[in-house]
Amino acid sequence: MNINLTLIGQSITFAVFVWFCYAYVWPPLVNALAERKKQISEGLAAAERGQHEQELAEKRAAEHLKEAKGQASEIIAQAQKRASEIVDEAKEDARSEAERIKVGANAEIEQEINRAREHLRQQVAVLAVAGAEKILRKEVNAEAHASALSALAEQL
Amino acid sequence: MSGESQTAGQYIQHHLTNMTYGNMPESAVGKHLCGEEVPAVAHAGWQMAHCGAEAKAMGFMSINVDTMFWSIFLGILFLFLFNKVAKTATSGVPGGMQNFVEMVVEFVDSSVKGTFNGRNPFVAPMALTIFVWVFLINFMDLFPVDWIPAAAGWIGHTFFGMDPHHVYFKVVPSTDPNATFGMALAVFMLTLYYSFKQKGLIGFAGELTLHPFSSKNKVMQLVFIPINFVLEFVALLAKPLSLSLRLYGNMFAGEMIFILIALMYGGGWVVGAFGGFLQLGWAIFHILIITLQAYIFMTLTIVYMDLAYQTSEDH
Repeated sequence: MNINLTLIGQSITFAVFVWFCYAYVWPPLVNALAERKKQISEGLAAAERGQHEQELAEKRAAEHLKEAKGQASEIIAQAQKRASEIVDEAKEDARSEAERIKVGANAEIEQEINRAREHLRQQVAVLAVAGAEKILRKEVNAEAHASALSALAEQL
Repeated sequence: MSGESQTAGQYIQHHLTNMTYGNMPESAVGKHLCGEEVPAVAHAGWQMAHCGAEAKAMGFMSINVDTMFWSIFLGILFLFLFNKVAKTATSGVPGGMQNFVEMVVEFVDSSVKGTFNGRNPFVAPMALTIFVWVFLINFMDLFPVDWIPAAAGWIGHTFFGMDPHHVYFKVVPSTDPNATFGMALAVFMLTLYYSFKQKGLIGFAGELTLHPFSSKNKVMQLVFIPINFVLEFVALLAKPLSLSLRLYGNMFAGEMIFILIALMYGGGWVVGAFGGFLQLGWAIFHILIITLQAYIFMTLTIVYMDLAYQTSEDH
């Protein structure tokens, strides 16, 4: 436990170690720490910004959605209106078509009746003439009564 | 115990003696300084001391080999590890070792920033060196007291043909006042240097002479100057003295208790087992002490540096 040269040796050793630490150990470590601190604060700021942007995007998306819903309901309303219009139009068309067909059919029936009547009339006339001829052949001259018979046929 | 033939007193003495290499004066030649059974000092000049008395005879011109070896070894270990980390330090995700080193560095850095108000890039690295170095030095105290000295004794006996009882090897440099005084002296020199640099010769002299008593009266002031100087000079010298003695005293006492506990292993199974229990308890408690002493040494160094930088006289 004597005080001796160790005292001075220890002082010098201490000084050398402190110098080495000052020159080679301390600066890179502190720089790395400062650099990391900077990176972390930047990262936090970026995260904050990202969150803010997300909020904005969500708001925008909600707006878009609302708009789209409005448009869709408008389109549906228009489509429904159009559909009822189309149905009405079709009904109208069908009714007029039916009317037209009915009119055509009526006319045809009338025509057919007329034709049948005409045919019948001719047949009746021929028959009457034939009958009268047979009668008259026995009794009278056919030519003498032809005018009276045709007048009769005209009345039918 | 390292030797069965030793008495408890010899055992303790053996553990408290440094391995000393020094310049033996002519006056000691031929004397049996280490007792009659040890050969007398053969010649003057540089040689290893065989015991504490021979080391004492060498006086100032000697060096404690074990203290220097362990302090330099641990200092290089510290600088090697920290330098390795510093070289590969990234600002990205730190690895295990870098994490640990950064933790220490941040702790020291915040201590310095909280206490030291001047501008000096030298203080923080110095605080880091003190903290880690002193901690490592103190940590040697936790190795069982006989391991390393016994290994040194075996090496000395086997390779150098020495008597193992005269191979002294103190493992904890901070139980050697030379080591703690050496560090405190370096710190003291730095504080003196910066005091002169910051305050100038006049300012520093004023700080030493115009406090704590001062008077508007010129005559009274002249009377006060020597009184102030005595008080302040003692206070100035007390700084390095208390700085080194605090560390030395704590570590020496802790080491002493370890040695006393180690003596119990020679007292049979029951006493030995109790000694083992005590050693465990004391070692666990000592972890706190060694860390605390390293921290106190560092903090006081920062405080002294801060005082050296305080130009306004507000104490």
